[in-house]
Amino acid sequence: MIQGISIYHFLIVSTLMFFIGITGFIIRQNLITILLSVELILNSVAINFLVFNRYLFPGQLQGHFFSLFIVGVAAAEASVAIALIINIYRRIHNIEVNNVNEMKF
Amino acid sequence: MTLNVVMFYLLSGVILTFSVLTVTSRKMLRAAVYLLFVLVATSGLYFLLKFQFLAAVQLTLYAGGIVVLIIFSILLTSHISEKFKKPETWKLWMGITAFVLGSALALWTLLSHNFVKEPGVKEIPVNMHVIGNQLLGVGKNGFALPFEIISLLLLASMVAAIVIAKKEKN
Repeated sequence: MIQGISIYHFLIVSTLMFFIGITGFIIRQNLITILLSVELILNSVAINFLVFNRYLFPGQLQGHFFSLFIVGVAAAEASVAIALIINIYRRIHNIEVNNVNEMKF
Repeated sequence: MTLNVVMFYLLSGVILTFSVLTVTSRKMLRAAVYLLFVLVATSGLYFLLKFQFLAAVQLTLYAGGIVVLIIFSILLTSHISEKFKKPETWKLWMGITAFVLGSALALWTLLSHNFVKEPGVKEIPVNMHVIGNQLLGVGKNGFALPFEIISLLLLASMVAAIVIAKKEKN
């Protein structure tokens, strides 16, 4: 419980951040900027987990640990995605989404 | 207004402003740096919620690791001075519609729901002792299984990154 700030304040911030990420996912053309939007989405979800942990179930640490795992999953996801992007760049010298229509290994 | 509230509004203002800039900036390196600001402000929110360990993890792993990785890959794959062309109009409107409709629905659901705190629970301190015990515990409140699974995931992603990024012979 944080003095003076209700749970709704945090949740509104994270909701807006989530949908900004979705919008970026839709309007962006470049693979790396799409990855940036995905990071925004993951981050907003982690905020949600922590806020529910702190405000509603302060006797346990479940939200805390799942945010920790989200950070780990985000790191794994970013490294694999960047490896893929660099490989695509080697093949077609471009990382625009419209030009990537074949991903056969 | 106490300092708490002032900090909260400052941090959430930074988060929202720089998230919008991240998805609208037309220079890629700038978008990555704006994402860095968002992540640092988020770790500030974690400090505000009194999760110091997670805030430190966020700063070192997210802001220190992932953003540097992304910046390196930007430097490898594109010209820094290059500007994106504007997104097509129908795509832009589709994105804005998704934002408005989605956030309206989510916020309406959120604000009409009454969150009830679990009654009669004492706040437990989040220090390293508690975190270590719970993360490796197998009993009640133990998180040994997800911990093992995430270690497997990290191993798999390491192997995958090496296999994918390796240069082919010939």
